[in-house]
Amino acid sequence: MDFISNLVLGFSVALTVQNLAYAFLGALIGTLVGVLPGLGPLATMAMLMPTVYMLDATAALIMLAGIYYGAQYGGSTTAILINVPGESSSVVTAIDGYEMARQGRAGPALAVAALGSFFAGCVGTLVIAIFAKPLSLVALEFGAREYSSLLVFGLVGSVSLASGSIVKAICMIILGLVLGQIDTDLISGTPRFTFGIDQLSDGIDFVVLAMGLFGLGEIIANLGESAEKREVFTRNVRGLWPTKEDFKAAYPAVLRGTALGSALGVLPGAGAVLSSFAAYGLEKKVAGDSGRFGKGDIRGVAGPESANNAAAQTSFIPMLSLGLPSGPVMALMIGAMTIKGIQPGPQVMSSNPSLFWGFIASMWVGNMMLVVLNLPLIGIWIKLLTVPYRLLFPAILSFCCIGLYSLNNDTFGIYVAVLFGVLGYLFRKLSCEPAPLLLGFVLGPMIEENLRRALLLSGGDWLTFVSTPLSGGLLLAALLLVLVPTMARMR
Amino acid sequence: MLIASQRDFWSGVLFVTVGFLCAGSTLLLYKLGSAADPGPGYFPFGLGLLLTLLGSVVLLRSLRHPRVDTEVVGSVAWRPLIVISSAVLMFGLLLPRLGLSTALPVLVILSSLATEEFHWKEVLLNAVALTALCFGIFIWGLNLTLPR
Repeated sequence: MDFISNLVLGFSVALTVQNLAYAFLGALIGTLVGVLPGLGPLATMAMLMPTVYMLDATAALIMLAGIYYGAQYGGSTTAILINVPGESSSVVTAIDGYEMARQGRAGPALAVAALGSFFAGCVGTLVIAIFAKPLSLVALEFGAREYSSLLVFGLVGSVSLASGSIVKAICMIILGLVLGQIDTDLISGTPRFTFGIDQLSDGIDFVVLAMGLFGLGEIIANLGESAEKREVFTRNVRGLWPTKEDFKAAYPAVLRGTALGSALGVLPGAGAVLSSFAAYGLEKKVAGDSGRFGKGDIRGVAGPESANNAAAQTSFIPMLSLGLPSGPVMALMIGAMTIKGIQPGPQVMSSNPSLFWGFIASMWVGNMMLVVLNLPLIGIWIKLLTVPYRLLFPAILSFCCIGLYSLNNDTFGIYVAVLFGVLGYLFRKLSCEPAPLLLGFVLGPMIEENLRRALLLSGGDWLTFVSTPLSGGLLLAALLLVLVPTMARMR
Repeated sequence: MLIASQRDFWSGVLFVTVGFLCAGSTLLLYKLGSAADPGPGYFPFGLGLLLTLLGSVVLLRSLRHPRVDTEVVGSVAWRPLIVISSAVLMFGLLLPRLGLSTALPVLVILSSLATEEFHWKEVLLNAVALTALCFGIFIWGLNLTLPR
């Protein structure tokens, strides 16, 4: 059995005292920095990049992996506690996680997020060890047209995030796509909708949008309630630990999320985001009428959190087999490897097996550290929520403002966030749900790029999108996703 | 005219307006290109059209389909809306000029005015504590380059 010896090699590297210490240190720093709103995994890793120079290659990558997981989990923590998603994949966690926190169940939400992620990480590690080669072939099947169709499918699927009108949710997605158009056109280099403002030529930062719509909008809406009605967080905190019923509800969701995430993570680019959205949709479908989604359903935290962690793990497959980074974080990892003089790509597996498998194993170790570290921290996070809201919200504002400034060392992000804060409040007033908008915003540029490339390649033939079974099947599935519930409603 | 759902009506108005502006300005400003050679305006123009179209569906349906507890928009919470927005804007203005040591307490004090439970002592204490905390975390702890 090849993969067992590979894993043994990996763990013999990752489980040395020195490397365990780096994994722990990374997870600790990552968590502490990641819970500050505005500092997601990318910013945290970029900030700590200089330390990479001082360590040897394996230790450096292990520490970065720890920081990555820590910061990612930190992003989920803020999503659950104060409704500010730290990165695109924790947008979904905020929906039900924050609701749970308001009902005094932040503890179970945080614990399930950590345990679900850990489980998904374990499975993801195994999947890489066993299937790395065959899975990379699947990724090769995806050309521009298949990507467009997959992304459209993902967008349409995100309609399930909304609990109200389907048409309005689709409109919110398109609004997100439109906001994503504020950038410099990749193909022609034309700046679009930038109103001549330099800072807009790279597009609006995801963090700015999320902080405005979710963070500021939420604060304004909360303060709009009268003081007696406001009580944002209930005093009645029910337990730090999930109950038996919670586990019973959560574990199938964790299993489904892990499976979905492992599969979608293989696709470069969109894996982690799509998987958390898809997992949420899936949970909602499976639960049917028994679900309390949007009102604090634990499955709405367990599924997506497991899915995005599994996807984060398997997204190494395209990077290692095809040399494609699956996102900015992976690009940073590749950067760290090159600093250390390692050329990333398929050859790392054979030329430097102890680094490769040590790294894979250390991803698992990073996940484990996170559980060890975060379960005791949950108690502290929950204490924070018992601070009266009139003292808590200026603190959230302070952290958000500093985070917004430090994105680019520029006040521009602060002003844009205010604009989106007002917009977020307006959306709340109009019962328009902002989560689909955020997904549209994140995936928009990718859809446009692939769509235009596919059209160019086919000489302008729109039928190209249904010309392969894979692409056509995805579009058909997207169509069914809209039509079936609409038909059911008409009856 | 009778509006069955105010919330959907105004959402529809918002979608149609944005969609129309997006499609219109794209048409004026950017090259559309053709399907065989899509230009920078190709995608946003399509998006604008689609948003206008679906927005009108929302708009038209709002005239007939009331939905439970979503009919009225309700009063706007002007006080927090204005106070929070201006407090954050003020932070943006002050930070590069007077540094964090001034901008942050101003942010905390101004934003606290958004609630009716404003007590000077408590707010000042909160301002001092948060400023100290942020200096500790961001400037000394993380070494961020923030104007002090």
